[in-house]
Amino acid sequence: MVMTSPVPSSVIIDTEGLAKRYGRTEALVDLTMRVEAGEVFGFLGPNGAGKTTAVKLLLGLARPTGGLGTVLGAPLGDRTARSQIGYLPELFRYQPWLRAREVLELHRRLIGRGIDRSAGSVETVLADVGLADRANDLVGGFSKGMQQRLGLGVALLGGPALVVLDEPTSALDPVGRADVRAIIRRVSAAGSTVFLNSHLLTEVERVCDRVAIVDHGRVLASGRLTDLLGESTVRIRVTDLPATMPATLARFGRVATSDDGWLSIAGIDPNAVPDAVAAVVAAGGRVHAVDPGRATLEDRYMELVAGADEVRAAVADRPDPTR
Amino acid sequence: MSAILTIAGLTVVEASRRRTLWVLIGLTLLTVALTTWGVERLVSLARAGSTNEAQIVLGVSQVLILVAFMFSFVLAMTAAFLGAPAIAADLESGVAHAMLARPIRRADLVTGRWLGLVAIVVAYASAAGFLEIAAVGVVTGYAPPQPVVAVGFLCAQAIVLLTFAILLSTRIPAIAAGAICVVLFGLGWMAGVFAGIGRFFEAGPLVAVADASRWLLPTDGLWRGTIYGLEPPLVVLVAVGRGGTAADANPFFAASAPPLVFVAWSVVWVAIVLALAVVSLSRRDL
Repeated sequence: MVMTSPVPSSVIIDTEGLAKRYGRTEALVDLTMRVEAGEVFGFLGPNGAGKTTAVKLLLGLARPTGGLGTVLGAPLGDRTARSQIGYLPELFRYQPWLRAREVLELHRRLIGRGIDRSAGSVETVLADVGLADRANDLVGGFSKGMQQRLGLGVALLGGPALVVLDEPTSALDPVGRADVRAIIRRVSAAGSTVFLNSHLLTEVERVCDRVAIVDHGRVLASGRLTDLLGESTVRIRVTDLPATMPATLARFGRVATSDDGWLSIAGIDPNAVPDAVAAVVAAGGRVHAVDPGRATLEDRYMELVAGADEVRAAVADRPDPTR
Repeated sequence: MSAILTIAGLTVVEASRRRTLWVLIGLTLLTVALTTWGVERLVSLARAGSTNEAQIVLGVSQVLILVAFMFSFVLAMTAAFLGAPAIAADLESGVAHAMLARPIRRADLVTGRWLGLVAIVVAYASAAGFLEIAAVGVVTGYAPPQPVVAVGFLCAQAIVLLTFAILLSTRIPAIAAGAICVVLFGLGWMAGVFAGIGRFFEAGPLVAVADASRWLLPTDGLWRGTIYGLEPPLVVLVAVGRGGTAADANPFFAASAPPLVFVAWSVVWVAIVLALAVVSLSRRDL
């Protein structure tokens, strides 16, 4: 694949208009994104959005039908680049007749010369993913959660520069999920870039620096979490509010009141929320509830995905002028 | 090369851990023991009667060929059902995805799987073949003229079918690939029978089609090499002298060893089919 422009070395993943079609099905239409070195990048989308297809293209497991891309500065699927990538597939299955340690040894041999023997050794990885005491057990006897932990270990082997995790907590209990979040933070702190493919918004919200939201094979929005979520808003349910109060509160942000007793201040600095509440109380207002109403990733996600669905429905309903 | 050897080793470990090897070894020992006992009984009874030694040698060689045919069938099934899931099952389960995301070529996976399975099949065929020949030799005194040739062709036949199964395995689910191999193996054998009979009746088009099938899937041609290696030379001379083309119609008789050009073609055939398997998997989206 020929690249049209040089990519800075700090860019780990760079795609431009990446597309994949399976027969008449467009799995990925126009994937354009950049992931910088050291980031924990969340790739979000509903089921069937094209997330796993995108991961397969990045790893060379499938070939794009359009667009361009590089991973670690090399064309998609490049073998040398793959020696620096750890991958936990969505369908995590490992040889059931091997022991956990043997699966890791196998992958260590497959990585070959590209492996960093000082980082991510088999023993370290077993301990990291909580399988040290099951290292000599057959994988066939593992629960799904343990197999996913093993898959995570396989992905971390050799201290890869890029760790691609496709739904890494789908089979884990809450403790396991917390472990995975801790591992992701540790991997990121060690300098690796993490590409986290997930539909679990809370997971992404907790660990990711930047996210891209995809649906029907297109990126609907991408950026830093703070940018995507927009400005903070606080809603205060208050009675006996003096008539001059809204103007007094204007220094905190844009104030609006409603008939149901809620007062909202948009664009407020989250640290100033206690001051705003204190100002309301000082002016004689009786505060019944405070809702730090900053949009969650879920709000933004739903807004984007539902919006995209409406656009598609409108396009589909439009009469075809050629008929 | 290191990845190929790693995957080949993994394939052998898999066969061992999944108990395939042990089942084969156990059943083979049982088969050898039973057939040897049967041959010994028949030969003892014949010697106690009025049967002369030449007739006994002929009888033992024919029984040995029938036992070899049974092994050939077992080997073909083994090759088909080891080769058919070799790639397909890993793709269906997802095991292959984690491996192919590593810095290995898809050719490494195909070639490594092939190499590991060839090692298993050859080891099994050699052990079973030589053990049967040796056991029959001990109880009857009959030693086939070219045991190495016989076992070699037995192995070659299994390798051909194994390679074809691996090619199918890159595109078709394991069960379907295995079934196709078994059916084609049977068809190939029947084509050899039809070719022999057709030649006797001078049925030109039938012989042409049957002969062509032998080149398309060389299993039956290689099987004839196994027969040739087990027959006493005197039997070949007498049969050819008396029967001419009629002898060819017997699916358990070979007037001559497969020609060198056919053996060479079989080697090329395996290389081509293996290359096709590599290309097939390389072009496939996972």
